[in-house]
Amino acid sequence: MTNQPSLQPTDIVELNPVYLFRWEEPQQAHILLYPEGLIKLNASAGEILARVAETVAVGELIDHFTKTYNSEDIAEDILAFLEASHERGWIRKKH
Amino acid sequence: MSAAGSVKSTESEVKLPEVKVDGLGLPLWLLLELTYKCPLKCSWCNNPLDFDRYQDELTTEAWVDVLRQGRRLGALQLGFSGGEPVQRRDLEELVGEASRIGYYTNLITSGVGLTKDRLAALRQAGLKQIQLSLQACDAELNKRLVGVDVYQQKLACARAIKEQGFPMVLNVPVSRYNIEQAPALLAFAEELGIEYVEFANLQYYNWALINRAELMPTREQIAEAEAVVAETRARLGQRMTIYFVISDYYDTRPKACMKGWGNIHLTIAPDGAALPCQEARVIKGLEFPNVRDHDLGWIWHNSPVFQKFRGESWMKEPCRSCAERERDYGGCRCQAFLLTGDASDTDPVCDRSPHHHLVEEAVAAAMAERPHSRLVMRQRGLNLA
Repeated sequence: MTNQPSLQPTDIVELNPVYLFRWEEPQQAHILLYPEGLIKLNASAGEILARVAETVAVGELIDHFTKTYNSEDIAEDILAFLEASHERGWIRKKH
Repeated sequence: MSAAGSVKSTESEVKLPEVKVDGLGLPLWLLLELTYKCPLKCSWCNNPLDFDRYQDELTTEAWVDVLRQGRRLGALQLGFSGGEPVQRRDLEELVGEASRIGYYTNLITSGVGLTKDRLAALRQAGLKQIQLSLQACDAELNKRLVGVDVYQQKLACARAIKEQGFPMVLNVPVSRYNIEQAPALLAFAEELGIEYVEFANLQYYNWALINRAELMPTREQIAEAEAVVAETRARLGQRMTIYFVISDYYDTRPKACMKGWGNIHLTIAPDGAALPCQEARVIKGLEFPNVRDHDLGWIWHNSPVFQKFRGESWMKEPCRSCAERERDYGGCRCQAFLLTGDASDTDPVCDRSPHHHLVEEAVAAAMAERPHSRLVMRQRGLNLA
């Protein structure tokens, strides 16, 4: 359905402003609110989008997590998550 | 309820997972029907047939109290609906308070009375999103469907909403009268840059149920509209999200109505009655708790009405032993009551229901040649005798 090219390490990504992203205490989770819906994020998804909320390059974001968790293996998973988030319109490339 | 309304939760770690409903048993979705008053006369209105009886609306202070209690209970999504919520002069004040305490605020409106000044004030108050109804891209047809000449007003309102920069849902209540307008409505939405279009096939309660035989589109009409929607989705990609929700009458499994009774959704009616869904008043014999008498926590967690169809223990066969009961919760309690007379019956939309023939007969009647008869428009003092 989407013709968007996949994300490159140099792409700067940010949250789509239609979405409201925040920590929600009663849910003990990060949530995304959007017209007529909400998405409750698991811990890792919330952590990744919290970085996206600061507007960041894809490569930098992945570096941050592989260093934080001292694991190169998670890079692929993080990129897949970012691409899926992009496809769903939660995040967008900053031009 | 709005079909677009959803609660999703991601599951496994990192990998984008299957989404599932998980409200932790909290009323994540709070809908305030501020008033049943409305300048329109739609023949599918979901307000009660005796809407005129409910003149004693909650005060501004009482609504503010409901908002605060709702947030303490964990509510996140907030809808201001009606009737026409713009009829309340305190709408801006309520939106302001709701935004301040952290709700995602949605306004569900016909656009009538929603002037540029009020839109600007609502923007200022923090309103996040507006759902505007539009019935046709044709002044005559629109007037015929809503009973009032407000077409130009609606178009102007749609433009003003986008000028103010609101994300917007264009909601099209779909009947056999206007389903062929789908291409024109989509073109209009594209021109304005509207993000979401919802083709809401009617749900047959209250006024829509009285007019069911007259309103139901044929399967051919639905298939044609679906094809237009598919083509537009393919062409516009992420620029527009189109929901096309077909009437459950054409299905063989019921909708997961409200994601379950007393599970994530709480409606407060204009008089303060707390309802597990907007239509729940159609079920006779239920004593709905009122926010004037009880706090929301007790209403949600402890009141008999909210527990009555919560979970599975109320289910009869064929639901009780059905493997799909966790997926659809037995369907809609209101529809079961309206069609079978017993709210604990399986929703007759399910082809495992012994009452499924009632739905099949209604669909067959819709497929047959029908001369247009008169629509019963929403009106005061309707005498059904």
